[in-house]
Amino acid sequence: MKSLQLPVVELSEEIRKVRREIREFIFQELEKGTIQPRCDSWLSGYSAEFSRMLGERGWIGMTWPKRYGGHERSSIERYVVIEELLAAGAPVSAHWIADRQTGPLLLKFGTEHQKEFFLPQIAKGECFFAIGLSEPNAGSDLAAVSSRAVKVEGGWVLNGSKTWTSGAHHAHYMITLCRTSPMNPEKRHEGMSQLLVDLAAPGVTIRPIELMTGEHHFNEVFFDNVFIPDEMVVGQIGNGWKQGMAELAYERSGPERFLSTFPLLEELLRALREKGDKRLIAQVSPMLSRLWTLRQMSIGIANMLEQGVTPDLVAALVKDMGTKFEQQVAEVARLLVACSPSITSSSQFDKFMAESILHSPGFTLRGGTTEILRGIVAKGVIGQ
Amino acid sequence: MNDITQMLMQSTTKILKDVCTKELVNESEQGIWAAKLWCTLADSGMITVGVPEELGGNGCSYLDAFSILRLAGKYSAPVPLAETFLGNWLLADLGEQVFDEPITVAYPGSENGVYLQKQEDGWVISGKANFVPWARFAKRMIMLGRTDSEDVLVLISPEQGRIEHGKNLAGEARDNVIFEDRLVKECRVIPVDAKTVVNKLLYSGAVARIVMMAGALERLLELCATYVTERTQFGKPLHRFQAVQHQLALLAGESAAASTAADYAVQAFQNGFLSQEIAMSKIKINEAVGAASPMAHQIHGAIGFTYEHTLHQTTRRLWSWRDEFGTETEWSEKLAEEYMENGRDGLWPFLTRS
Repeated sequence: MKSLQLPVVELSEEIRKVRREIREFIFQELEKGTIQPRCDSWLSGYSAEFSRMLGERGWIGMTWPKRYGGHERSSIERYVVIEELLAAGAPVSAHWIADRQTGPLLLKFGTEHQKEFFLPQIAKGECFFAIGLSEPNAGSDLAAVSSRAVKVEGGWVLNGSKTWTSGAHHAHYMITLCRTSPMNPEKRHEGMSQLLVDLAAPGVTIRPIELMTGEHHFNEVFFDNVFIPDEMVVGQIGNGWKQGMAELAYERSGPERFLSTFPLLEELLRALREKGDKRLIAQVSPMLSRLWTLRQMSIGIANMLEQGVTPDLVAALVKDMGTKFEQQVAEVARLLVACSPSITSSSQFDKFMAESILHSPGFTLRGGTTEILRGIVAKGVIGQ
Repeated sequence: MNDITQMLMQSTTKILKDVCTKELVNESEQGIWAAKLWCTLADSGMITVGVPEELGGNGCSYLDAFSILRLAGKYSAPVPLAETFLGNWLLADLGEQVFDEPITVAYPGSENGVYLQKQEDGWVISGKANFVPWARFAKRMIMLGRTDSEDVLVLISPEQGRIEHGKNLAGEARDNVIFEDRLVKECRVIPVDAKTVVNKLLYSGAVARIVMMAGALERLLELCATYVTERTQFGKPLHRFQAVQHQLALLAGESAAASTAADYAVQAFQNGFLSQEIAMSKIKINEAVGAASPMAHQIHGAIGFTYEHTLHQTTRRLWSWRDEFGTETEWSEKLAEEYMENGRDGLWPFLTRS
């Protein structure tokens, strides 16, 4: 059985200082009205201006080397900054993917040129990325991707399409998983590569897929003979699957997997405390206990990632339990404070409630569905 | 984890694996004292952990003690190890000498008002201590009482009272000890601040049960992982069925969450009985027990429901321990009180303590 044990992390005074700084900054921006808090802000809170402000203050690419525009801070310092942003419902979706995934991916597998070119722009909050994984016929069964790049002189020509691509309409580039050799049904995970696609390149078409709220966050992206120069290949040709999988512990264990509806929980507790109703607050106590536990697990994983260990099994567990928790928040809140949920409501509580309910089906789908995650966990537990 | 803790864990695991067998656990449910297990633990210095050497302890830390208890919970050790730790820590706090014999502690609030009157040659005691763990086997019992003028801690041999045998869901001894206006010559009566003692007992008791449950949940997962690989139905091992995989994954989640919650409860205890974290940990683990135990039985099918199998030794303990030292409801109320008191800046600062 793979170990489920996580380290106990004590947050130092240095870390507390980082927390005070980011919290103070967010507070001021909220006061000024430059940002509007919302639930699920890491998917749907888009503000290029806010991302640029964060970049200016050193809160993007925090752990990366200084020579690539990073700030050489610890994973725990970064953790504290992103959890403060999420808890406040700040608009972070513009740079979220680039900061969380593209940066670490390029640091690990990118060429010197790629690192020098992309990382400083990302860290400034000026260059945004999307991830191209799912396709119309490759959802949970990701190894079924069929987008195909063919070698030509000086590069590759890409044809195919991607779907459910968050933020592609705002992003400058997309890390695209595609086949660079024909699919071998015996070894489906082989022959895939990751290409850096310029979304402004000729042959790329982006079409919105509206959420059930009518909001536009998802897209379909079509490639029609898109030329990708050789220097835009990430890592090794044929190694795309392994490279992509290495990112998953980052993607699955972060605080965005249990804080998507935190602004609602915060509003709920504020309302109950104002009423002075201890009995109702006690009904939320189990939720606080779950959240506290998830957060400690997630911090433990961040600490392990810093040591170079990738605890993919526990990361999958945190995502499974965390996204369930995010969904429960609205279910608990609606029974304790009567409200009229509406996206357009002027009441913060009603608005957060509407966002929480209407965004909730996505929580347990994106980044690996609950069904896929549980399969991964079960296999890990029995060691097969 | 430092070297000493690691060594303690290794030797405790070895003792428990060797001595604490299925048969021994079953025998203890029939009322037979697990003398061999206790003596082996005592001989290895496991009994006075968490007490400074000058008071008769072995000088190891609370962390060491809780690590040992976690293993005791994992292997269903049928001895009052937790109670002895709690009792000794209480005595050490009061500057009293500790014991390396079995001690027990009456739960705070379960004393039904034990009343003591001073006589020339002892104390006349009346009242009752309910559901006292392992009382019939304990050499000393600690309970709270009252004299005409003050609250006191009473250190007494349970045999000085009348012992009514009882047991919890797991068959662990939970006895009533009744004092019927009896003159007791040999007992130690120490004036205390009752609220402080009750709090200390509640927090240390809750953390003791928390780590024991975390250990037992780890055991549940191990038993289930083994069973689903060994048992075959419809021509394939159970772990190949997606429905079974999902149960196993949920169980692993509860076990992992319990493990983390327990680690942080121990840390909160060491940092000065931080009640907010201990409350959240106890609520989470109690909840984990309610979710994990039925899943473990579902995974094991009818075989796990029989006396023959060892699964019930763990699940019945989990169902017993979660109700000791505070249910989810009680700790939820406590957490709500803390939030009313310290939550003026909002939930996030409250949760992150900053």
